[in-house]
Amino acid sequence: MSELLDLVVVGAGPAGMAAAAAAAAGGLRVVLVDSGTAVGGQFWRHPPEHARSAIPTKDLHHGLRQYRTLCDALAAGQAAGRLELRLAHHVWSVVRDGDGFAIHMVDRRDAPREAATILRAPRICVATGAYDRQLPFPGWDLPGVLTIGGLQALLKGGGVAAGSRVVLGGTGPFLLPVAAGLAARGVQVVTVCEAARPTGWLRHPGPLLRNPGKWLEAAGYAAALARHRIPIRPRTAIISAEGGARVTSVRIASLTSDGRPRPATERRIDVDAVGVGWGFVPQLDLLIPLGCALTTSADGNSVIAVDGGQRTSVTGVYVAGEACGVGGAALAVSEGRLAAESILADIGAPPVLGRQRLAAVRAAVASQRAFGRALGLAHPVPPAWSSWLTDDTVVCRCEEVSAATVRSACSDGGAQDHRQVKQLTRAGMGWCQGRMCGPAVHCLTSHERAYTPAERIVATPVTLGALARLDEQPSTSHE
Amino acid sequence: MTRKVVIVGAGVVGAACAFHATAAGMDVTVIDRGPVGAGTTSRGEGNILVSDKEPGPELSLARLSRTLWEEAAQEVGPETIELEPKGGLVVASTEESLRSLNAFAARQAACGVRVEPVEHVRDLEPHLAAGLPGGVHYPQDAQVQPVLAAAALLDAAVARGARLLTGEVTAAAADRGGRVTGVLTASGDVLQADAVINAAGTWGGEVGRRLGAPIEVLPRRGFVLVTEPLPPMVHHKVYSADYVANVASSDEGLETSCVVEGTRGGTILIGASRERVGFDMTPNPAVLTTLAAQACRLFPSLKKVHLIRAYRGFRPYCPDHLPVIGPDPRLPQVVHACGHEGAGIGLAPATGALVTAHLLGHPWHGADPAAYTGLLPDRFFTQGGASK
Repeated sequence: MSELLDLVVVGAGPAGMAAAAAAAAGGLRVVLVDSGTAVGGQFWRHPPEHARSAIPTKDLHHGLRQYRTLCDALAAGQAAGRLELRLAHHVWSVVRDGDGFAIHMVDRRDAPREAATILRAPRICVATGAYDRQLPFPGWDLPGVLTIGGLQALLKGGGVAAGSRVVLGGTGPFLLPVAAGLAARGVQVVTVCEAARPTGWLRHPGPLLRNPGKWLEAAGYAAALARHRIPIRPRTAIISAEGGARVTSVRIASLTSDGRPRPATERRIDVDAVGVGWGFVPQLDLLIPLGCALTTSADGNSVIAVDGGQRTSVTGVYVAGEACGVGGAALAVSEGRLAAESILADIGAPPVLGRQRLAAVRAAVASQRAFGRALGLAHPVPPAWSSWLTDDTVVCRCEEVSAATVRSACSDGGAQDHRQVKQLTRAGMGWCQGRMCGPAVHCLTSHERAYTPAERIVATPVTLGALARLDEQPSTSHE
Repeated sequence: MTRKVVIVGAGVVGAACAFHATAAGMDVTVIDRGPVGAGTTSRGEGNILVSDKEPGPELSLARLSRTLWEEAAQEVGPETIELEPKGGLVVASTEESLRSLNAFAARQAACGVRVEPVEHVRDLEPHLAAGLPGGVHYPQDAQVQPVLAAAALLDAAVARGARLLTGEVTAAAADRGGRVTGVLTASGDVLQADAVINAAGTWGGEVGRRLGAPIEVLPRRGFVLVTEPLPPMVHHKVYSADYVANVASSDEGLETSCVVEGTRGGTILIGASRERVGFDMTPNPAVLTTLAAQACRLFPSLKKVHLIRAYRGFRPYCPDHLPVIGPDPRLPQVVHACGHEGAGIGLAPATGALVTAHLLGHPWHGADPAAYTGLLPDRFFTQGGASK
């Protein structure tokens, strides 16, 4: 069916599942590609198929009914021959190709063997999600210091608790389900350090009041945390971690209004694991080289600009989910549906949703986006976070570039953004290509502008051998 | 003597011009619309090559530049610019290409280039593919980290009194007689100067036009692949003998010839593609796959190595593939120093010295204008100033 594709959806999380399911239901021939071995993305990450019965994860999930509905819809699309799933496929580049797009992928189903393949389609919907925003602090590179997304992935994907005595820190509501999930698996969550002020929401109460579902969700987690006696400390941050072969303790401190540690409020807590998350960074690697216009999001990120129907500035490229602004799984599903409706409309195919239901989805998107904006404003990166850094704190872990080196590239070298810092210091030139340190280096160089990641024309590492085979056997590898 | 100089362009060539002009006691202002080395300087591999140059003015400039890089490194510190005299190894894939490579090398040797024919290329590079008939070792080939090098040369110039401005030059300022007296910037400033250096690289054509001294400098796109960091496995700059033919080629389409080298960071850089597609930034996966295939043929062990990044840039080339260095015959206060194609990093210090020599009116650090008349802009114009 690849010969006659209508749409390739990249990313099988909530947004991509919804977009692919709706487009297939609308009669389009769709390929849904994901790097994981199962659909669900990060939000609905599950253990591998063969281990699901042995590792219960039901209580860790939210919105499982939605997930099952989407799984059923995808299965229906597959049964009808209109949807093909390509799991364990990593897309490393999308480029214009005639009237449509060439989607360059690496098939890793037989990892470590890699096979490079190409799909061609007139339209793509990119739903590549987001990952945890990290801010460095002394000791953040010790084993046992994880992102909260990483802690969550270990729990949901393998039933693994990364420690037995844990402190979580950062900002944003994602701290709560991670704390609740860890506690549900017997982990002692000593405390949750939330850098924001609880009153931050009061400045923008409207979106919260208009999203009662979010209230209930938060109340549910609050109850779980209360049940496990996990204190949430507002305006507090993990300012350092200590240990040898592994983290053994953290220091936490109350923060002033701009985010400096208050003198004499430091406390040391013994731990064997730490989870940190400062909101999210949207995954834009496939979209920036395509030239999709960006816009600034309230959380300090550049995100893909979309119209009311999830269309980007590039004809034929649609985006759903966190790549056009972080707002959570429910919003992502709604955006995926909207994207599919736009694609159907742009082709001239009849809609899947009736007029009333479409209006309801649009209303939900508007209200959830407002909630996402309020979230970004209520949980900012503290302006003075870099006061936690010592000169020798590693900022870029791949290339081992210290805070002092980054600072001197700015003060002496005249670097004004993370790209220039990279040229002068190698920060962001290593394995992760700045995916981890980029936002931090950006914050160290320019406080005012939104963070736009460096353009990465190779979106995921791929072996030269796989590319070479593609070059040598064009007729067999091109689909 | 010229006292006040404005240099347009803070890439490696502009930086080298500032480095030498300040050393000669001139009052220098460098202006660039972007940060130091953000254009083509940051898009290459940092080559300092004599091996790929045909005998002629460019090879002569390359040999001088090799010495002047050493000299500059003495001043700013070889570590600062990551100068590595690693040497080049050109490998032939067939007996026939080996014969023409050896003939080429013999002509270079006659011009003073050190060349060492190599029968067993794997003695120098153990990871090379088996069965390659031979090659030539060029011990003078070297490498710098180009952005650090540009920054270090500019720092040295600033220490000698140069100023670095961010801004865009919109036009030349001129007196009533039409003599250029400086430049106008987009923010409305006038920078007075006795001479204006066009060191704008790929954008040299546009800057020349704005200054009233248009020259033809065009972009030739190139991609570079970067691998994951590895323990040292490629010790020289290794390239296939086809590379020399491609550098000199005037074909419109895509040309690729493999250039492989290690870096201090442990990554391996793989070049070099050449396409004439204007300033089109669109990534081209077909170029990446072709380069990957060529690199794997040269070094089969690269097959299992991950590509983690690719970048591209635009080499500035003149119609005859030689740089244009010297005063414009129509506006002698405008001195061009651009069009170095893929050799700008290597040729930068000698270009800076040659520009300084033109301004001084006498040789400077081995650069004698009388020896480089073949690089003057005059070659593009008839006596009356019209384009040839």
